[in-house]
Order: sequence, then structure tokens, then C-alpha cells
Amino acid sequence: MSGGLYSMEARDFDTTLDLKKIKPYGDTMNDGKTQVSFTLPVPCGNEAIEAAKQLMKKMGFENPQVVFYKELTEGFTFFNCYGSSVHSVDFTSIHVPKVEATTWDMHQTDEYVKENIGRKLVVVGASTGTDAHTVGIDAIMNMKGYAGHYGLERYEGFEAYNLGSQVPNDEFIAKAIELKADALLVSQTVTQKDVHIQNLVELIEMLEAEGLRNKLIVCCGGPRISHELAKELGYDAGFGMNTYADDVASFIAQEFVRRSKK
Amino acid sequence: MQKSKLGLDFEKVGYAKNIAKKIADDVQSFVENYTTVAVERTLCRLLGIDGIDANAVPLPNVLVDSLKEKGVLGQGVIFYIGNAIVETGLNPQQIAEQVSDGKLDLAALPIHPKEKIDAAIMPIVHASLDRIKSRRSRREHYLNTIGEGAKPYLYVIVATGNIYEDVVQAQAAARQGADIIAVIRTTGQSLLDYVPYGATTEGFGGTYATQENFRIMRKALDEVGEEVGRYIRLCNYCSGLCMPEIAVMGAFEGLDVMLNDALYGILFRDINMQRTMVDQYFSRIINGYAGVIINTGEDNYLTTADAFDEAHTVLASDLINEQLAFIAGIPAEQMGLGHAFEMDPELENGFLYELAQAQMTREIFPDAPLKYMPPTKFMTGNVFRGHIQDALFNQIAIWTGQGLQLLGMMTEAIHTPFMSDRYLAIENAKYIFKNMKSIGDEVEYKENGIIRNRAQEVLNNAVELLEVLQNDGLFNALEQGKFAAVKRPKTGGKGLAGVVERGANYSNPFVELMKNRK
Repeated sequence: MSGGLYSMEARDFDTTLDLKKIKPYGDTMNDGKTQVSFTLPVPCGNEAIEAAKQLMKKMGFENPQVVFYKELTEGFTFFNCYGSSVHSVDFTSIHVPKVEATTWDMHQTDEYVKENIGRKLVVVGASTGTDAHTVGIDAIMNMKGYAGHYGLERYEGFEAYNLGSQVPNDEFIAKAIELKADALLVSQTVTQKDVHIQNLVELIEMLEAEGLRNKLIVCCGGPRISHELAKELGYDAGFGMNTYADDVASFIAQEFVRRSKK
Repeated sequence: MQKSKLGLDFEKVGYAKNIAKKIADDVQSFVENYTTVAVERTLCRLLGIDGIDANAVPLPNVLVDSLKEKGVLGQGVIFYIGNAIVETGLNPQQIAEQVSDGKLDLAALPIHPKEKIDAAIMPIVHASLDRIKSRRSRREHYLNTIGEGAKPYLYVIVATGNIYEDVVQAQAAARQGADIIAVIRTTGQSLLDYVPYGATTEGFGGTYATQENFRIMRKALDEVGEEVGRYIRLCNYCSGLCMPEIAVMGAFEGLDVMLNDALYGILFRDINMQRTMVDQYFSRIINGYAGVIINTGEDNYLTTADAFDEAHTVLASDLINEQLAFIAGIPAEQMGLGHAFEMDPELENGFLYELAQAQMTREIFPDAPLKYMPPTKFMTGNVFRGHIQDALFNQIAIWTGQGLQLLGMMTEAIHTPFMSDRYLAIENAKYIFKNMKSIGDEVEYKENGIIRNRAQEVLNNAVELLEVLQNDGLFNALEQGKFAAVKRPKTGGKGLAGVVERGANYSNPFVELMKNRK
């Protein structure tokens, strides 16, 4: 089905790297090689394969190859495909908003808090709304942390309260007031039908209504959260995949000091 | 005497089971003095009450809440409904409708003698039991005619939020080789103190468990089961604030497997422990009677606590869950005790430790269809490595003879499964189960090696924990965070207001009849 061990395709394209026009890389600069898999709601057959190829072309792939296909159930066919992307991106003009903080380890952050703030920062976290998943908030807050990054409970510079899952926004705010929170952490794992967006927006609206928004550092996190999205929704920072307690702790400490200097 | 491949000391296992029994008996002595709003609503359903009022409140809730408001729920609905039948000559459904319309106040009726109440209620009780029995024989008939897949049963989830879309996904999965279809519930249903009514098409991360949705999916699985020549089991969730109600709905509609843990709701949904203990008892009695395999949720401990350090808490909890299930009349063959493949993939020899624990669990519960859960905590979005993690998990399952293999999906932590994810997961499992079929019979474990030592260590630690639990009592242990590193106060959590002490007229004839398989 494939072209064998060696690619015999002609390489009649410019193989020098140009950051203004980057393309996917398979094994040669600018070959554009991309793997794609998807299911089409049609029965298996030559027509289905042709449909997959045509779709690949519309997605912007040259020389689309269907390397594997299988009817999953009557009327649904699964494809693994390869193709060369015709599109390119100007890497030099990209700007991604990033959390404005230097990530330190626990010890550095604790020292910074001790020297610049002189008391423990109170952080209240929860998986809010209907979200029953605690894995995210636990990874950031629990003593043990995650993947070798200790959680906020282990920090000397923080007093951390993990309220667990399915905490309604109003209870979350009430607890924040009671504990005199400096920062709030919201974890959202379930994102089906954008339920997390509605819930995140509701929290900010409620904080604004209570006049608390500017008194608190408010962060959100989860596998589908980006800093850009978080800022858009009115949060101070967002922490997505591959961020840990270190990132969150450093940001809160530095942001707190930044604000107090204003 | 059973021979252990791990050099396990079965006298120690017996000792552990004996302590677990004492812990369970202690819990039971509390349970028997109480009822809950969920148990009473379940009795309403067993008596045939169904439907909703104008505000979509289920009639069992309307009736039970009316008694609770008057402060007389402790006498139980059997007493009040039985008494109302004698007084009015109406059937339970008509009585519930009249209560709902404000035409009937059950607490204000003259009280009739116990014999008359019993005579009125018992024929309805037996008719209800017959209804469940006929469902059970329907399953048995299928198993005796079209048969079933080999163990480990391939267990996959569907979770579209729309029951009709779930049917498409479920039938596709069955054709690809799945043996059990679990319909994941919508986020948050566990905290509803009622069961929604009718077919539903909107849910977040899952589909509402309703009796009508159960019926729709059962019918779809029967159709596809006949087509593929294999009985397809249906699984749902007897957990949260409506444990026994979901159990009775499942018993009426022919569900085969139910998540039904004694401690899960307490630890992971912050449901009050007294409420959960009373609810789990009756829900398990119903599941036992209906021939349903229960699944316990110990695997979840390892999503919050470390899978290597806390392995003994899983075993200790399995032992307690087993004894609580025995008290509710569930035979070992219906106990899908849970454990999981959840160690950090970076751990050196992690596979050996997982193998040791899976084999150990197999030997300690030889007759139970163990429920083995896939990697979730360390699934990262690297779908390629994820598929390999799932392959290692499948290898251990066939090697150690697990019962229910909850298939891992390469896209765990990204989205609820695509149709193709499910196909690839089933293909992965079938390949490994066939290719490594007899490895468990062929390979022995080295004396004093890593695997044997690990199993013995976990057992020893579990025994030590059980000894502590026996002294402290289970309620105190939960308060101290002995499981999953989660602490729960005895009077905290959701649903405590629904726990009521039983009064002098209280009766629940289903308990003994179901436990004695009448």
C-alpha cells in the first residue's frame, strides 16, 4: 500500500529553511509531510477512499495517500492518511501571550515570598461548577504535587486550601472571603460543549459584582486552558498542559509583589 | 488448598478477610437502624410508582418528601402506602398521584392493623420481585442461547450526552468486539437527589441515567447481540445520592453491570458517609437479586494517591467492599472488585509491580470477575505512547485472568472516545489477548524475586491497615483520610439531611426476600 522502504518522490522543492514560510517536516526540509486520521460516515470501498483523498486535498495536502482504511461499523470508515501540506506559516510574525513571570523552583519562590511579602499568601483552589475531576487541582495544590513538582501545600510561602471538586462558584467565593484569599485557582477538566467557558465567565462576573475582582489574583488551569483564553475570559493567568505548581506559585508571588508596588 | 504463584500465605489472606468482616459488621450495625430518602423512593419504585408531576419532579420524590416534611418518614413508605391501600382501595401509583395533587395526606389517614397492611402490600411486593426475576431469566436465556464473549470481557464507554447517539456508538462497539457497554453519566448527576425522567439528549461528558434511557439502550444491545451472536452487557452507575433507585431501575430494565462502591461517593463526591452506607446496602441487595455484577471503585484511589505507595489501600478497600457485598447477599461471582494499572510509566520495573498486584488480587479473590482499570493519570495527550501504555495494561490482564477489562483509550485526557478510538482500543486488546492467551499458565515467578516480594509486601501492608481500621472503625478511618488521602467528616458532605432513624412501624420486606432469593 505504501511506496516501500524508500521514498522515490522527486524533491523538486526548495529545501532551505525559511522561517517566514515554515512547513511540516517529515524527513526533508519543506516536504510538508503530515499524518492525518479521521472517520467518514460512508461505507468502505473505492468511493470512500477517493472521498478521503479529495478531503485531504481540500485540507491543503498534495499527493494524499490513504495508507490504511477500515470500516468501523456499517456506514463508517476510518482512514490513516499522509500528505504534503501546501500551506506555510510565517514563524517570525507570531506573538503568543505568555504568563509574565519567571518560573522558579519551590525554594526560590518561598525565599521570594519571605523577603518581599513577609507573610504567607493564601491560595484557595477548586474544581468548580459541575466538574467532578480533581486531578488538575490536586496536581497543583496537593503536598505530593505531580511529576516531581511539589504542590502548593508543601510551600512555606503559601497557605493552600484545596476545596476539591464540584464547588459552586458562590460557595467558592464565600470560602475565599472567609479565608481572606490572596489568590484563587480554578481547575476545569471537563470541556464538552464549552461548559468550562460558561463556568469560568460566571466566576469573574460574580467576583466583579461583589467588588472582589481586583483584590484577588485569579488563575484558571486545565488541559484545554491556554493563557490567551484565560486573559480573554478576564483571568490574570491561565495554565495549560505541561505547567506545574512551580509555574503557578512563581506567577502568584511575582504578581502579588507587582501589584503591591503599584 | 489454593496454590499461589506468588507464594502468598493464604492463612494471612484468611486473617485479612476476617478483620474486613468485622469492620463491615460494625458498619452494618449502624446501617440497620436507619433509612434514607433514596431508600424510601426506591421502595416507591418497587411498588410500581413512576412518572413525574407538572414540575418534572418524580412522583417517588413527591411522596417521600411529603412524609419527610411531616417528620414521619422514619415509619417508612411501606407502612404509609400499605395503610393508604387499606383505607382507600387505590393502588400505589394512584396514591402517589393523589398525594401529588394534594388530595391525599398519608399521615392523616386512620391507622389500620399491621396484618391488614401486610395483606395489602405483600402481593405488590411479590409482583415486583417477579418483574425483576423475569428480567433476570431473560438475561440467562440469552447467555444460554447466543452466549457471551470470553473473559476478560471488553468493556468500553459511550458518552455522547444523547442516548440516541449513544446507541449508534454502542452498536458499533459491539460489532467491533465489545462485551460490555457502559453509558457514562452526565457530569453532576451523582449529586442530584432525584433521577431524571424520560429519554434525554443533552448531557455534559455523559448521558443522564434514566429508566427510559436504560430501556432504549437495552433494546439496542439486544438487537446487536442477536446480530453478532453474543450477549452484550449494559453497565451504568449506582452511585451518588440515588444509589438504590438506579439499582431498581436497572433491575427492571435488564442492566447487567453497575458501578456500586461502598466508599466512592464519600471520598470522591463528598457525599455524607452515613447516607452512603445506608444507600449502598439496599442498592447492593437489589443488584445481587437482579444478577447484576457490581463494580467497585478502588481504582480511583490511585488517581489521587500514588499507585505504588498506596497499593495496599486498594487491597484493604477491596477486602472491605467484598465483606459489605456479602452482607448484602451478593455472591463472589457478581463482585467486580476494582483495581488499576496506574503507576508512573517512568518507574523502573513498574510493569513487574503492576503484574504482581494484578496476580495478587486475582489470587485473593479467586471467584470474583475483577474489574481492571486502564492508565488514566499518566495519559498525556501523546496518543502514541498512550496506546503502548494501554497495550502493557492489556498484557497484564490476559496474563493474570482479569474479569472486566475496562479498555484504555489512546485519547484519554483529550476527549470522550471517538468511534475510531474505541475501534483501536478493541483491536489492541483482541490482538494481545489472542497473541498471549496462555502466558499465565506458562510463566512462573521467581522465588524471592521482585514480583513475589512485591505481592507479599502489599498484602502485609493491607493487613496492617485493616488492623488499624478495625480499632478505629471505618467511619473514623474515613475522617482521618486513610483512603485516597481524602478526609471526610461523619456529619459533613451532601445528603445527610436525607438520613432518618427508623421508627416502630418501619418495615422493608424486600431486604429478606431478596437476600433469600424469593
